[in-house]
Amino acid sequence: MSAAVSTAPRRAWSFRQPSVIPGFGLTLGFTLTYFSLIILIPLIALAVRSAGLGPEGFWKAATDARVLGSLRVSFVTALIAAGVNVVFGTLIAWCLVRYRFPGRRIFDAIIDLPFALPTAVAGIALTAIYAPNGTVGALFAPLGWRIAYTPAGIVIAMIFIGLPFVVRTIQPILEEVSHEVEEASATLGANRFQTIFHVILPSLMPAILTGFALAFARAVGEYGSIIFIAGNIPFVSEIAPLLIYIRLQEFNYVGATVIATVMLLISFAILFLINLIQAWSRRRYGYGN
Amino acid sequence: MEVRVQNVRKEFDRFPALHDVSLDIHSGELIALLGPSGSGKTTLLRLIAGLEMPTAGKIFFGDTDASEKTVQERNIGFVFQHYALFRHMTILENISFGLKVRPRSTRPPNGEIRRRAMELLDLVQLTGLEKRYPNQLSGGQRQRVALARALAIEPAVLLLDEPFGALDAQVRRELRKWLREIHDRTGHTTVFVTHDQEEALELSDRLCVMSQGKIEQVGTPDTVYDHPTSPFVFGFIGESSTLPVTVENGELWVGGRAIGVPAGDATPGDARLFFRPHDVELVEADASLAGVVSTSRRVGGTRRVELEIGGAGHHVEVDLPFDHPAGEKTRLAFRPRRWKLFPAA
Amino acid sequence: MATKLRARLKRRRSPTSESRPVQLLLIGISLLFMAIILVLPLYAVFHEALSKGIGTFFAALGEHDAQAAIRLTLLVAAIAVPLNVVFGLAASWAIAKFEFKGKAFLITLIDLPFSVSPVISGLVYVLLFGAGSFLGPFLKSYGIEVLFALPGIVLATIFVTFPFVARELIPLMQDQGTGDEEAALSLGANGLQTFWRVTLPNIKWGLLYGVLLCNARAMGEFGAVAVVSGKIRGQTTTMPLQVEMLYNEYNATAAFALASLLALLALVTLVLKSALEWRFGEEIAAGNH
Repeated sequence: MSAAVSTAPRRAWSFRQPSVIPGFGLTLGFTLTYFSLIILIPLIALAVRSAGLGPEGFWKAATDARVLGSLRVSFVTALIAAGVNVVFGTLIAWCLVRYRFPGRRIFDAIIDLPFALPTAVAGIALTAIYAPNGTVGALFAPLGWRIAYTPAGIVIAMIFIGLPFVVRTIQPILEEVSHEVEEASATLGANRFQTIFHVILPSLMPAILTGFALAFARAVGEYGSIIFIAGNIPFVSEIAPLLIYIRLQEFNYVGATVIATVMLLISFAILFLINLIQAWSRRRYGYGN
Repeated sequence: MEVRVQNVRKEFDRFPALHDVSLDIHSGELIALLGPSGSGKTTLLRLIAGLEMPTAGKIFFGDTDASEKTVQERNIGFVFQHYALFRHMTILENISFGLKVRPRSTRPPNGEIRRRAMELLDLVQLTGLEKRYPNQLSGGQRQRVALARALAIEPAVLLLDEPFGALDAQVRRELRKWLREIHDRTGHTTVFVTHDQEEALELSDRLCVMSQGKIEQVGTPDTVYDHPTSPFVFGFIGESSTLPVTVENGELWVGGRAIGVPAGDATPGDARLFFRPHDVELVEADASLAGVVSTSRRVGGTRRVELEIGGAGHHVEVDLPFDHPAGEKTRLAFRPRRWKLFPAA
Repeated sequence: MATKLRARLKRRRSPTSESRPVQLLLIGISLLFMAIILVLPLYAVFHEALSKGIGTFFAALGEHDAQAAIRLTLLVAAIAVPLNVVFGLAASWAIAKFEFKGKAFLITLIDLPFSVSPVISGLVYVLLFGAGSFLGPFLKSYGIEVLFALPGIVLATIFVTFPFVARELIPLMQDQGTGDEEAALSLGANGLQTFWRVTLPNIKWGLLYGVLLCNARAMGEFGAVAVVSGKIRGQTTTMPLQVEMLYNEYNATAAFALASLLALLALVTLVLKSALEWRFGEEIAAGNH
């Protein structure tokens, strides 16, 4: 048996790379403790409550007709709103990045309004506008179209809160698209339309998909700006977050927990999907966001 | 295709980038636009391409007035310094792009497009990489794809904007040789922009030296090197040393001494003498340029000696073989073998 | 004549831009969309608030319950925002100045609250502290009320505003690297001095930016707070909740009066945010320089 003692430094597994900067233990310790107390333990409490139901009980509660109805309303309206936001959000990002016009900076700043305006305020304001006697609602009322108190109202509210996600995701990527690539396309004979649809938009696709997913996720979970305008009729315009709230008011914690768990799982799936899109785009094209 | 640039002027926001430039580019030649940054060489290239429109003047492709045409209609191949490949398309899709965007009436069938793209991939020696994305290639490979993409549309003129500027020195030399080969094989009229004189001298049939928005000289590399027509060209192309001299009695004088160089038919008075540091001979005679060695460095196979001439603090450089005994001396006397006189600035 | 004109128009046009009429059309569509979706609701808030005259407006704000709601909202933000600032600083220090295993995962975790519906953010605390939980009755036996009281509201607010400061500072500090800190340490500064004199001045504008967004959300949060507050008038109603209650009592003018204060807060936030972006753009956003 050779008893040679190796003096060469071994590449031992180490949790962190050495650094002269102090405070690692303190700051990381505080970060993890705070995160655990505020976020992790409460979420685990939710998971434990859900698990306590057993698979059968969970399934029964999750497939309750009213629950399914509210999930359907939430997802369908969120899909439509995210779709609208992708179209207009891309157009707005394009105009803000590419064109110069008076008031451009003000409009650029206003994009973030839904981030800053409390959702309840947005909710009552949108209701006031789209109610049959409101500024816009009155235009449609004679045609027999109602926006507020119908799923259309939900879509409007979701468009409001989702728009900045799409614009702010696309904007920086669009700024990066090099002028040279467009010139290359033109020298190869492509007209402007072909350059936009075959060269620029495809290269924005990862950002557009990410913006769509973010806007969708936000819309599905949104509560404050929707409940005023929605009408809240079960199976028609009752969104899932509202049903959670109603179950809590009824002290039906089990019912609330089940809907919340389903929604959380879906949100995490979307989050995972976004990360996947970005990782894929970085690997293949060498850029993401 | 022959390209004629006629009295072209270009201003950007009233700032002139090109003043009244005229240039005839012969069909099938490889011509370099050479100059320092800000000389207008890239602007001239982009005007030929149609990426910019001239403020005044015309550009002809053969007999047709190209300045009335858009960049799409000019059918040019353009290669950018930073490749400008479409990063969401495979290499094959990049090369086929120019053919695929053609209107249905002039678009070749899909099979034909693919065949031509593969052929070009072969020409640029990237066979087998057609399914890769630009991000997965090296800089040199990307630039070759960019060239294949430009050649795919069978351009009337091939235009390259500092094509090797973003590459390592090694790759650069390889691609330079290889571009020359491709040119000889395909015979496209080719214009390329560079600020690297070595590249221009080695690669081009003719070169067009530019400075401050004007063309200084156009000619073969040998002509431009051996017979520069302006102090700028003498200084910009190759190594040069310069010295203020006086022309008197058919001879050149420096600091009151004749230097043994005949003035030819130069007008008497002050002038500037230009010569190449390697184009000198050491002499013992009195009538010569003599100076005190201020520095002496060995650069590869030669020794570069900096001399201070006269009392006015004029410095010139001369090259000696690195093992020449004179390299040890503190004073040297020499005469330029070939030189050029320009009027004093 | 016409062909000549067309040729001239063609020459004028840059190959990598649209013609001015097309630009104007696209800008017009974008601005119209933004006007309807974003600007109109903002206008509606102030319009409705002042619709019954300035006297009614101030009377509504002078109400005892409204005053209580304003005080509660300020108090909640005054607790929640500083806590999240401390967390943001600790987390960004640990993440940006050190290399350790699982860093990318930690960054994803910090963003987690963004993908949780606000109603669920409130729900998790109800499950943790409500009837039938272990903690709730335990704390109650010591006289500590969490749910339907200030602590619950603060916790829910911290949950939803958790990522704001950290996600602003992490990329900024990562971008700045560790060179400045290493220089300070090599010159003999201790850890705390390095932080106060070197790091903090480097990130102050980014920090302010994060605080601004965090504060806007903290004061405006509706869904999460609605679930945990119990809505006891004059005691546990924050401004957004008070807005909802007034609105549901058909006291729209009073609701909009209070809402206009929140809208004003949003506007101030947007103006300050834009001012920071214009003035200190490269000191806020990482990778912009």
